[in-house]
Amino acid sequence: MSDRKFTESHEWVIIENELALVGISDFAQKQLGDIVSVELPKVGEEFKKKDTIAIIDSIKASSDIYCPIDGMIEKINEELIEHPELINKSPYESGWIVKIKPRDKGQLDSLMTQEQYDKFVGED
Amino acid sequence: MRTPFYDQHNSLGAKIVDFHGWQMPLQYFGIIEEHKTVRSKVGLFDVSHMGIFKIKGQDAENCLQNLLTNDVSKLQENHALYSPMCLENGGIVDDIIVSRVNGEFLMVVNSSNIQKDFDWVKDHSMSALIDDTSEQMALLALQGPLALDVLNEVGPKEFDKLKPFEVTNSKLFEVDCIISRTGYTGEDGFEIFFESSENKIWDKLLEVGSKFQIKPIGLGARDTLRLEAGFMLYGNDLDENTTPLEVPLKWTVKFETDFVGKVALENQKVARKLVGFEILGTKRVARKGNGVYFNNSKVGMVTSGSFSPTLNKSIGFCFVSKEVPLDEIIQINIGNKNYDAKVTSTRFYKRR
Repeated sequence: MSDRKFTESHEWVIIENELALVGISDFAQKQLGDIVSVELPKVGEEFKKKDTIAIIDSIKASSDIYCPIDGMIEKINEELIEHPELINKSPYESGWIVKIKPRDKGQLDSLMTQEQYDKFVGED
Repeated sequence: MRTPFYDQHNSLGAKIVDFHGWQMPLQYFGIIEEHKTVRSKVGLFDVSHMGIFKIKGQDAENCLQNLLTNDVSKLQENHALYSPMCLENGGIVDDIIVSRVNGEFLMVVNSSNIQKDFDWVKDHSMSALIDDTSEQMALLALQGPLALDVLNEVGPKEFDKLKPFEVTNSKLFEVDCIISRTGYTGEDGFEIFFESSENKIWDKLLEVGSKFQIKPIGLGARDTLRLEAGFMLYGNDLDENTTPLEVPLKWTVKFETDFVGKVALENQKVARKLVGFEILGTKRVARKGNGVYFNNSKVGMVTSGSFSPTLNKSIGFCFVSKEVPLDEIIQINIGNKNYDAKVTSTRFYKRR
């Protein structure tokens, strides 16, 4: 069972090597359809939980991506600038969006597990 | 409401959305893939949600000449004509395609305007008879560089001779059809009218087209294709508060004829114009209603915005005040941030 956690706004987050890796769920990318642009934050920027950290445009809609945890941007996925479709192709692997140095990993406890999220989106 | 092909869309795995009360396929595989299929091969669209009126009788031509800004007297049998239809004040009621075929007129109107248009035409019908055949008739669009090849597989190669905006009666798979060489994609293609009950034509065209790698195409790609080709969409780029002189439709206004709205258009001092734009440095997508700025003052609004799969750029149409020149840099406000954009022609794509 993966330790991946999900927000109600469809971001996922998983702790890897003390960093919180963030992306959007497979359900979310399917809802958005073809993604054509991703606006990323700058490395070093500080965010609080629920702040907008990125903006994704698909052909049909624009969506804010919310920070799932307080912390500082440690890394951004620059591949997405030229290849935003990576989020459609691989939302949990090469389509990751940012890596955050978390202030308090305990904030993740309140998020949904994969199983709870699948139920939440009605895909169980 | 559902078109005759609703079950077929579902079995092809379409994502269905509500479009002006119609349950229509937004996409089957993905908008970009479908868009590229139409640009490079051939795609099949269900456009049966469009309204189809038949107008006949002695006054049919007079009625249409009075309602349309274009010159219906020049429309010959077996030809089609594009035209706006205006209010007395010059605002656009709808933009339509009318064909003269089988001694009557076939008028295709936007799905969002069927009732409004029907009432409007009826109120101006003189002694002409107008019949709303939207429910009895199905309409498919076969579009793309290989559309002709698909039809030639089905019929007796007669479609080579059909020129753009020509219309013919023909049989496809033993079914009587009216076929016009028209479309809304910027590619070569055909629009095919037939009785709603003959919905198997959809499956048969996909089957025959499989050797040309045909795909069904949803409304999502229909929108990106029309935008690249510079075609306006009623409700976005055209409405009752817009006249044909403010958008690139001057060519459809024939002042030598008499029509509803002529006096208003003759006296209009045009202050704004619809132009194309290309966003620079980002692929963020502009949406209808986004503000447009020039020299720090607001000069208009985005009416249509999308991503161009052919150009790999964010493009759209917007109104600007008429002084703003082509190639000038404007700013488009998306989500409280201004992005530079270049003013362009509304025609982003022209096929070779």
